[in-house]
Amino acid sequence: MMRHLKLLAFAALLCLAAPLAHAVTIEKIVSPSGIPAWMVRETSTPLVALSYAFHGGSSQDEATKAGTANLVADMLDEGAGDLDSETFHRRLENHAIEMGFQVGRDYFHGTLRTLNEHRDEAFDLLGLALSKPRFDADAIERVRGQVLAVLRRENTNPNSLASRSWWHTAFPQHPYGREARGSLDTVPLIGAADLHNFVRHTFARNELTISIVGDVDAKTAGALIDRAFAGLAAKNDLKAIPVATPQGMGRRIVIDVDVPQAVVTFGGNGIERNDPDFMAGYVVNHILGGGSFSSRLYREVREKRGLAYGVSDSLVWFKRAAVVLGGTATRADRTADALAIIEKETKRMADNGPTAEELAAAKSYLKGAYALSLDSSSKVAAQITQIQLDNLGIDYIDKRQKLIDAVTIEDTRRVAKRLYGGGMLVTVAGKPKGLASSGTAN
Amino acid sequence: MTIRSILAVAAVFAAAFVVPASAAEQAKVADYKLSNGLELVVIPDHRAPVVTHMIWYKVGAADEVAGHSGLAHFLEHLMFKGTAKHPTGEFSQVVARLGGQENAFTTSDYTGYFQRVPSGDLATVMAFEADRMTGLQLTDEVVLPEREVILEEQNQRVGNNPRARLSEQIAAALYLNSPYGRPVIGWRHEMEKLTRDDAIGFYRRFYGPNDAVVVIAGDVTPEAALKLAEDTYGKVAPRASIAPRVRPQEPKPVAARTLTLADPRVEMPVLQRDYLVPSFHTAKPGQSEALEVLAHVLGSGSNSRLYRALVVDQKIAVAAGSWYESSALDDSRFGVYGSPKDGVTLPQLETAIDGVIAEIASKGITAEELDRTKTRLIADAVYAHDSQASMARWYGSALTTGATVDDVTHWPDRIRKVTADEVQGAARLWLDKRRSVTGYLIKDTSPQAERRS
Repeated sequence: MMRHLKLLAFAALLCLAAPLAHAVTIEKIVSPSGIPAWMVRETSTPLVALSYAFHGGSSQDEATKAGTANLVADMLDEGAGDLDSETFHRRLENHAIEMGFQVGRDYFHGTLRTLNEHRDEAFDLLGLALSKPRFDADAIERVRGQVLAVLRRENTNPNSLASRSWWHTAFPQHPYGREARGSLDTVPLIGAADLHNFVRHTFARNELTISIVGDVDAKTAGALIDRAFAGLAAKNDLKAIPVATPQGMGRRIVIDVDVPQAVVTFGGNGIERNDPDFMAGYVVNHILGGGSFSSRLYREVREKRGLAYGVSDSLVWFKRAAVVLGGTATRADRTADALAIIEKETKRMADNGPTAEELAAAKSYLKGAYALSLDSSSKVAAQITQIQLDNLGIDYIDKRQKLIDAVTIEDTRRVAKRLYGGGMLVTVAGKPKGLASSGTAN
Repeated sequence: MTIRSILAVAAVFAAAFVVPASAAEQAKVADYKLSNGLELVVIPDHRAPVVTHMIWYKVGAADEVAGHSGLAHFLEHLMFKGTAKHPTGEFSQVVARLGGQENAFTTSDYTGYFQRVPSGDLATVMAFEADRMTGLQLTDEVVLPEREVILEEQNQRVGNNPRARLSEQIAAALYLNSPYGRPVIGWRHEMEKLTRDDAIGFYRRFYGPNDAVVVIAGDVTPEAALKLAEDTYGKVAPRASIAPRVRPQEPKPVAARTLTLADPRVEMPVLQRDYLVPSFHTAKPGQSEALEVLAHVLGSGSNSRLYRALVVDQKIAVAAGSWYESSALDDSRFGVYGSPKDGVTLPQLETAIDGVIAEIASKGITAEELDRTKTRLIADAVYAHDSQASMARWYGSALTTGATVDDVTHWPDRIRKVTADEVQGAARLWLDKRRSVTGYLIKDTSPQAERRS
């Protein structure tokens, strides 16, 4: 039983880690067909880990067919080319190949992990899945049934209810406000043509980001990349997504659901990844509510008062918006107390910023964690994909330490006011005593 | 849910795969015993200047005195509250300053603490960890708020989660005599009464070098790690109160049991059945490995028997699968589960599951299923080798549940030897309903239950 839970689903959106200082040497390579990629050679384990991303995630879905991109991700290993679902799965399993697809708001991500001896087969199967997915009717109905079952279950799950309400309220009428998985209304309307349409518009060689880590050289890696990606269309065709700012600051929304513990989501406007003050924001947020056992929120809410098992907040950024988002879960008769402490600590940070000691400790942590956070080839691959998507440059590994060192106490004060001075949108799912919805929709 | 706790490295590389020399070298696992009884396992991995340091105590929820459920886990939380030498929070602050990660975990059989730090700081965390092996100091000022924290943890893990409530009820019904029937987190009415004295008493009885296993994976040589261990843990005197773990064992199971949990929040009904089966430690040679293969063929992934039959062919379920927990000191569990599609009842689903199990028991599995499963299970050992923390966890959980380093190292060999007949035999012998509890999770539709607006 872990002492510290990874809190709530939004934690998964975080880009926490930075690559290993000493061990990661990234090479830029180009496949014979002209597809660029970043490669890290790691010869001590006989496997290859691939991470890649196409631009265009769930924000490309039509509002009436929300969940399309997600259903594509769930369907891509359900048969391709001449291989039906059962055969495709058997080919993967016979060679212990791990193939995964995940949908974000801005990107469609994929992962592949294979033993060296089966890497040609693995990349061929991936190529087939991306370029010739079958989307057979019986497989669609089966997978759709699974998605609907999850959506129904989430209807009474306090974590999902609090999170969904936050996003709907913060981004009304914007694709970022919708559930990537869709809803009970939209998922039944998605047909095979919609899935093929998404694939046609999204899976292309331009705006394709690839990272490959493992026991391969540049030539082999290039050949593998072509097996999987050379057959794709040259160019994607994506809808533009409008810039958005989170709404509803100052509002509190209580969703009544009969659970012993109320689940709270809170947050406000964040900071863009390419903003010059991003790193200062990253440091100051670590001090307020970052994941370690030493943040102000952790100390005040958990250590001193025992109000919750976990409490944290994070910076989350997209192409067209950025938020700071946190959460906790606390007993119904003390929810108001926990929320008051979170609001007080957030305001205190906005008003005064951190202390010099806190800043020094946070810098030390964030720089040290750099060398420690990536302990597997898959994690290294995922991280350098994120560096590419965020346009941080191939030298980001070296730059990052300096960027952290350069953050001054004045920077943190300025950014703290900007991040936490604008009020918060708070959603609560449960039966919190003495807390009701307040504030008005604007 | 399914934990393949004992995977191995060395044998995998020797037998099945082409491996560069560097990997073969780093696959050498060293195993030492200090004179005070502490066991040290070192898994060298020099890819990055990082070490994962873990200490595993051979004590868990199954060692609690009846009436004090949750105490082993409560103590795990309190171990972060400081010693005579280092006040509360200092250890965590030092780890944080290094950029390190730390955490802890408790199960029925073991309690573990770990840090991941730059390899140059290994000596520091070992000194802190050795200090809190016997130096813990507790006051009500830190104990009482932490008791509120574990109660909130119980709410978060179990109270707010109908599936977890079902599992808790099934375990309690399955184990008639073994303390495995108690939830690790505890029963709330007992957790609310746990005290500082309870925690200190438990600590003084069970924490000592003679029931601890230290596992270090990462950028360190076995010789250097041994020297550090002797300089830190080696100075701690053994605890005389630590005795061999002998717990009440299960009687021969004779009655199939069923239970139904109704919860207003259930939107998807669930069937879960747990069978009482041997763990690796309690099994005869080969039995646990056959159960491992059986769990995979029956219910792991979309090529498994349960998924193909219930979800794809009969189209009566949205999910179905099975798992087996091999790492336990006493008799363990084999689980099957499924969720019906709309319009299908749980008894209908149960009948179909029974049919799939009966077919394996009567006709066995195919050679292709056996080969595919072995490939997958053995490949997992290679994938595991890519992660320092995974390696350390596998050795730690094995060594605290009655297995040896040698058992871990030869796990792939034993999986390779499993025959189709043994898998069929395991299904016949162990998947007998009299050994099981079948639980239904259904929606509570009584008017007073439906309070959601």
